[in-house]
Amino acid sequence: MGPKDPARDETVLRLSGITKRFGALVANDEISFALAKGEVVALLGENGAGKTTLMNILFGHYTADEGTVEVFGAPLPPGQPGAALAAGVGMVHQHFTLADNMTVLENIQLGTEPLWRLGLGRSAARRRVARLAQDFGLAVDPDARVGTLSVGERQRVEILKALYREARILILDEPTAVLTPQEAEALFETLRKMVAQGLSVIFISHKLHEVMAISSRVLVLRHGRLVGEVATRDTDRHALATLMVGAEIAAPEPTQARPGAVLMTLDRVETPPRGNRPGLRGVDLALRAGQILGLAGVSGNGQGALADLISGLEGPIAGRLRVGEAEVTRWSPRAALAAGVGRIPEDRHKTGTIADFTLTENAVLESYARPPTANHGWMNWRAAREAAQEIIAKYDVRCPGPETRIRLLSGGNMQKLILGRVLEAAPRIILANQPVRGLDIGAVTYVQEQLIAARNAGAAVLLISEDLDEILTLSDVIRVISDGRLSPEFARGEKTAAELGQWMAGQGFDHAA
Amino acid sequence: MSELVDILISASFWAAVLRIAAPLIFATMGELICERAGVLNLGIEGIMVFGAFAGWVTVYAGGGLWAGVAVAMLAGMGFGAVHALLTVPFGLSQHVVGLGITMLATASAYYAYRLALPEVTNPPRIEPFQPLHIPGLSDLPWLGEALFSQTALSWAGFACVALTALVLYRTPLGLALRAAGENPQAVEAQGLSVAALRMGAVIVGSGLMAVGGAFLTMSAFSSFFFEMVNGRGWICIALVVFGAWKPGKALLGALLFAGFDALQVRLQQTGLGQIVPYQVFLMIPYLLSILALILMSRRAQVPAALMTPFNRGER
Repeated sequence: MGPKDPARDETVLRLSGITKRFGALVANDEISFALAKGEVVALLGENGAGKTTLMNILFGHYTADEGTVEVFGAPLPPGQPGAALAAGVGMVHQHFTLADNMTVLENIQLGTEPLWRLGLGRSAARRRVARLAQDFGLAVDPDARVGTLSVGERQRVEILKALYREARILILDEPTAVLTPQEAEALFETLRKMVAQGLSVIFISHKLHEVMAISSRVLVLRHGRLVGEVATRDTDRHALATLMVGAEIAAPEPTQARPGAVLMTLDRVETPPRGNRPGLRGVDLALRAGQILGLAGVSGNGQGALADLISGLEGPIAGRLRVGEAEVTRWSPRAALAAGVGRIPEDRHKTGTIADFTLTENAVLESYARPPTANHGWMNWRAAREAAQEIIAKYDVRCPGPETRIRLLSGGNMQKLILGRVLEAAPRIILANQPVRGLDIGAVTYVQEQLIAARNAGAAVLLISEDLDEILTLSDVIRVISDGRLSPEFARGEKTAAELGQWMAGQGFDHAA
Repeated sequence: MSELVDILISASFWAAVLRIAAPLIFATMGELICERAGVLNLGIEGIMVFGAFAGWVTVYAGGGLWAGVAVAMLAGMGFGAVHALLTVPFGLSQHVVGLGITMLATASAYYAYRLALPEVTNPPRIEPFQPLHIPGLSDLPWLGEALFSQTALSWAGFACVALTALVLYRTPLGLALRAAGENPQAVEAQGLSVAALRMGAVIVGSGLMAVGGAFLTMSAFSSFFFEMVNGRGWICIALVVFGAWKPGKALLGALLFAGFDALQVRLQQTGLGQIVPYQVFLMIPYLLSILALILMSRRAQVPAALMTPFNRGER
């Protein structure tokens, strides 16, 4: 919340008629707006609406095809991050721009001193960083290597970088995507302090409740166009959602679950840690037929280890894994498939698909060696193509045809193909790891409805998500993962988001164990 | 065994270690600078050959010794500029470009040599750098001969390590350079030019490689002949890894390799050399280097963006 009445006369930033095209795609279409001193403006829009592109133009990563940017009344030369920084614009990128192998202080100092100079002036820099950290509530050890920091700490380093350069305008690109609710609240506290000192903030998000909580004004982007500009106090979440999507969209409403037999059991399972990410530590888990188990947690707390275990990429080093009643001895991806596990992987680009393979080839990645796709060791491409066409038709994959390379598809369509590949195999257990990340609302609703339908048909669904809203909406039972350990099972509606947030931050585990 | 001790306590052995290490040090620092900025420079072997030729031919044509070093350095920087242009703004494969530069530079050196001296069979000699007499130190018994009988170019090599370390770790330029090799997006987001940093590093680094080559003709062998670089460039690539991309450790690696090399030459002349074929001794430094590489580099931190081209405006 900015000051009650932002001083409209003091404009710090003005974008006029910004247009940016990538080939045939118009990413930004004639966008104009102004930012006043001491206000938080939220830039709201779905993935692909053009928010990040617009901010990258403002910060000089991209050059606009048309339009101008003015900062404090002076035109900003296009395409130069250095010029934007000098004019007082700072940006906290969604994918942090930090060198992991260097210290916090080195990352902050990078580019702030003339290159041709002896000595780094470390002690003076350390003092300034310490003061900024205290003023804005951004505690972080200046001598720690960035690679050893948590995601929340890295974000603080990014903000400190901007403040160290005396930014007066701060752009935050999806800053809460990687934070716990508590960390997000701490970030909002920092932003309020900054606004109180006369800084201006542009807050990019597609999460409505955050936009309502922090901004004084909301700009809504859709398909590259500015479709709405409203004062936050004059609107609500529902109105913003409608504006953002351009149509009313009803979130899926799961019906009452009818849980059945336990299809997969983990009994005191341990897996080895990987780098600075924990493995599973004594995890007990039961996946029941006809039930969605939602796993909440901050990224990097063992979700990857659990997903790898269930999908067969890794076996337990201690404890037992049972499918139905049978204890698993040799666990592998192939064994997992044979056991009826359907896998929707976290990263659809890297592990879900092979980018330069066609839709047909990608559609049969898990069934390529079995009839009808293969007979006696020979591929039957006609059958493969038919299988792909069936998925394309049934799951509404928008594409030029089954012979298209999958890299040319949007994220949503790629995910629909993966979903089709998994569901057509009629799995008994479905691992859905971040199934809707990065998708637009239409695709999100579709994927979620399909998961609910699979549950109703009797599949056990493990839904892993960092989005607490998604977990709360879809899950029949909820568990929280923190540092490789699982919380007890909570029934739907038993815990509020804030209570789950405390579990996500690691509180409560010691008593529960 | 006593023969081994005799070798190790002889002053000439230690003088030889420093002499063999010096060219490796120049070239290793050159490669290290390139790689720290994120560019693998496989042109090193050829650039050393050309540096050896350019330095030698300058002196042969009547130029001064330091003029020879300067010409070699400029020639190296020229090849470095080609490498940098192809790998940084054009973002071509660093392997292919590097090997191409090695072939181009090697062949150019041999071709120019043949053009300049079509008739000779015996490579003509030049008057090379002479050991620098340091009053007091050079007159010390044993130590004077072992450590203080080096040429000015040798000393420059050791100074080069200190200078590289100083720039990398104590200046804003070094910070920016290292960041360009770790995460170019971070450099870009702080308003610096990744391309300028990387190109500068490759050009300067290539200059140092050429000086390393020139050391061979101007301080070690005093004439230019084919195959004289003989894989030293590739050794330097390994030394960078051995040194975990740190100048001091890389210096240590160069000295270690030079030590093995000086040792094997002397072992050939012992009683053992009567029984064992000399090729076995020639293998020793390489075998021991591989062993040391395995032991030393297991936990090394590779620059995270090494060999990753950076294109502005792409995500």
